[in-house]
Amino acid sequence: MVSTIRTPHPREKRIIFKNIDRPGWTIDIGCYLADGGYDELKKAFTMKPEQIVNEVKASGVRGRGGAGFPCGVKWGFIRPGGTKPVYLICNADESEPGTFKDRYIIHQDPHQLLEGMIISCYAVNARLAYIYIRGEFPEGAKILERALAEAKEHGFLGKNILGSGFDLEIYVFRGAGAYICGEETGLIESMEGKRPYPRIKPPYFPAALGLYLCPTIVNNVETLCNVKHIVRIGGAEYAKMGKPNNTGTRLLCVSGDVQKPGYYEFEVGEITIGELINDICGGMKPGRTLKAVIPGGSSAKVMSATDRYKIKTRQPDGTTVETEMGLEDIPIDFDTLAAAGSMAGSGGVIVMDDTRDMVWALNNINEFYAHESCGQCTPCREGSLWMKKITERMLHGGGVEQDTDTLKSVADNIAGRTICAFGEACAWPTQSFVAKFRDEFVATARKKGDGNGSTNS
Amino acid sequence: MSAPTELLNVQIDGVWYQFKKGTRVIEACAQAGKFVPHYCYHPKLSSPGNCRMCLIEMGMPKTGPDRKPELGADGKPVINWIPRPQISCAQDIAEGMGIRTDSQLVQECRHGVMEFLLINHPLDCPICDQAGECHLQEYSVEYGTADSRFLEEKVKKPKRIELGPRVTLDDERCILCSRCIRFMKEVAHDDVLGFASRGSHTYLTAHPGKRLDSNYSLNTVDICPVGALTSTDFRFKMRVWFLKETKSICTSCATGCNTIIGTRENVIYRQTPRENDAVNSAWMCDYGRLNIHYVNSADRLKFPQIRENQALANVSWKSALAKAGEELKQFQKNAVAVVASAKMTNEELWLTKKLIDTLGTGYHDIVPRAGEADQLLMSADRNPNTLGAQLFGVTTEHPGSKLQEITERIVSGEIKAVVALGEDLTQIGLVERDLKKLSALIVAGILPNETTRSASVLLPACAFPEKRGTMINIKGRLQRLNRASQAPGEARDDWEIIRDLLQQLTGSNGIYLIEDVFKQIAEAIPEMKGLSISKIGDQGVQLVEETEEARPAAMTV
Repeated sequence: MVSTIRTPHPREKRIIFKNIDRPGWTIDIGCYLADGGYDELKKAFTMKPEQIVNEVKASGVRGRGGAGFPCGVKWGFIRPGGTKPVYLICNADESEPGTFKDRYIIHQDPHQLLEGMIISCYAVNARLAYIYIRGEFPEGAKILERALAEAKEHGFLGKNILGSGFDLEIYVFRGAGAYICGEETGLIESMEGKRPYPRIKPPYFPAALGLYLCPTIVNNVETLCNVKHIVRIGGAEYAKMGKPNNTGTRLLCVSGDVQKPGYYEFEVGEITIGELINDICGGMKPGRTLKAVIPGGSSAKVMSATDRYKIKTRQPDGTTVETEMGLEDIPIDFDTLAAAGSMAGSGGVIVMDDTRDMVWALNNINEFYAHESCGQCTPCREGSLWMKKITERMLHGGGVEQDTDTLKSVADNIAGRTICAFGEACAWPTQSFVAKFRDEFVATARKKGDGNGSTNS
Repeated sequence: MSAPTELLNVQIDGVWYQFKKGTRVIEACAQAGKFVPHYCYHPKLSSPGNCRMCLIEMGMPKTGPDRKPELGADGKPVINWIPRPQISCAQDIAEGMGIRTDSQLVQECRHGVMEFLLINHPLDCPICDQAGECHLQEYSVEYGTADSRFLEEKVKKPKRIELGPRVTLDDERCILCSRCIRFMKEVAHDDVLGFASRGSHTYLTAHPGKRLDSNYSLNTVDICPVGALTSTDFRFKMRVWFLKETKSICTSCATGCNTIIGTRENVIYRQTPRENDAVNSAWMCDYGRLNIHYVNSADRLKFPQIRENQALANVSWKSALAKAGEELKQFQKNAVAVVASAKMTNEELWLTKKLIDTLGTGYHDIVPRAGEADQLLMSADRNPNTLGAQLFGVTTEHPGSKLQEITERIVSGEIKAVVALGEDLTQIGLVERDLKKLSALIVAGILPNETTRSASVLLPACAFPEKRGTMINIKGRLQRLNRASQAPGEARDDWEIIRDLLQQLTGSNGIYLIEDVFKQIAEAIPEMKGLSISKIGDQGVQLVEETEEARPAAMTV
């Protein structure tokens, strides 16, 4: 699972991944403590919880799980002085295809996560927290259990942590292996022992009616790690990293047709897609050219290398400036990728070269979402499998003229009409693949197969 | 807390209405005459919002810089529309809310959801019991298309699954709305149903080791919007559009659940619950629901008979009644007993009491039927009209308390004649030998038993779906039975039989219609003053406040 250890690229700014692949680094708490570990927790206890919330708000850090919602704003939804207990859940259900960052934090630097979590719990007054880790990460769960025991031994968990008067227990909760458990309300249902059917919002916003219908904060692993560093350097200093509204660093997971796929950490917006592929990841494979990029995990809309993107940027004075650029010139940050019609998502950058059959690629994605749709609400349940069946039939030479339009229309009937964001997650690939590579779809639909399955001859 | 009558202003399709605070958006639309199609939503269950058929456009008032709603040229708030469609089944209305039920987006949503629901549906309407009352069919007319663009193979799922003794499941027809799951969990408190697998392969099933054997299981069939859950009893028996529907009440216990009886050509095919929040919400128990088949029995008593030369022989009603009158006149006061039934209507019981008074006997009672109450709908009193029998004095505060003395006096020979109305005397401890000893045994009944076989005069009567009349349920609610089918042969309405017996003893009494009987009751009983059968209506009338203190002793079971 662990790729070849390599030293960080000079352009990287490793904060969260500081200790990943670091020579001599181990997961032992002794190693973490020798490196100044849990110092930020001690610092946090010198602050009032609301001060920490304010620092997180000032940092502008946005959720690293995929939606990019400002973390401080999310925390602000917890009403102080409530009578119900507050829960904090670390979402370690990293399931988005193309995304493999959280697992490295858990596998190589679990105490960073724990420290971030303890500080976060102190800030939102959660006395009980859970790490929801996907079922496919048994090793990660073991490492976390061990780290939790170590933290407890050292008095970082339990009663009256470091004499602060603050009590906290953290438990590892293992999922059973379903993508939908990464959706925060599905995750909560799963923790309650039910099928992970996402809840309707309103009324079930986790901050009000979360786990056991109590106020609950669900944050991604990377987001919680960031909290430690916000406390370390202060929200204002943190906000200087990256760009306005796109602050801090971002872990990027590059996969696909590049020379050096892997994980990297940059200030948000520091590099462009082209720089990432060519300078950081060693460029395309010999003789190949860039065809498309999915910039934020498989649910993000695909971007074509031949398209020109008109990016509207809001200036500090409130005006909007439109810039036209090619795919490779687009900086990887939340707002620019959104303006370009896709999203930064989970940080999973999937690169495709000119040998890739886009119908095959979409079918691969469709297969995943049809398999993972929870089946609760109609459009996603029926539409995800329908789209998969169409692309599969096209691949096997059974395409018909109207397939391309049908695909688009089915996707259009899903997006925006479902209980949770899975609707978009499964519709956006189809919508974007068909829009960007329409000719390929039309051609495949016309191609008649050999009757044995493949048109790729 | 605001007053419950607080009214909120809501704009629906451009028109402003006022609704009570707490009204669900989908209900507000319905009240405004804008029906919003839906599958998973059921007013008596929680709202999961899963079918997505009720998507509408929604908006809230736009607020100006002063944080007050911006007003348009019409002086009404300007609506800030939410770009995404919203479900209308899970949200209550709010002040100034805007709703669009007929926009292009809403129409597109409905067509989209309809198509999704149908692509994997077997479309086997010609052999599906739900046809004719299927929401998939109904909405297909409005939101479906004649042609399908689905070229793929449909998902295969389990079929003909016996979920329990009374409910059969076809998973391919299921649209996964979860109504049945929610009913079993939230209403029946027997959480045995759930979904297995996921995505389009999701299917409804009973949890491992569990069966859908609750006494309320058939309600899941009622609320299933499609043909997935069918009644094992009713399936394949009759096309629903052929059924004549008659509003009635269930007579299998003292709750008196409101029902609809479905008949065709005088045959009863099914009984389903009819909503009445004062009685049974929208539900009824399986026991009561299925307790109708005896009505269709081939053994029904069809002709009046009198005993001639040891054997019962068919005679005319005139002869039978004359014989009954003749026999009764021979016996004085306490030599006669009247054993009546709390399954009889108020009108029958009223006339029965007149008969008792005319005979002058102190030996009269009803036969109690007791079972276990289930904390839901089923009452411990399995007689539907004990309160009526008490109110009119056919029985006492302690129903059945006189039966022992009556049986003893029959055995000892002190009681020589018995009028048995709708009850089998072997159920109160008598045996054939005791019955044979009686000089006169005048029996009104519907099915043969030891008592009818021992009768000196046998008068064939009506089952509950065959008669009109009223009953008082355990909570003191006066409710109506309506005639759903005709009695077989020459069988007659019970109230007419008792009236005719009375006439044999007293001469003409001017009672021609059941309304005449009810008029007498209404004049005599203060709680029913001013009422008539038609005034009772389909939802019944509460005769006394539903509190323990306010309930008069006579109305306490």
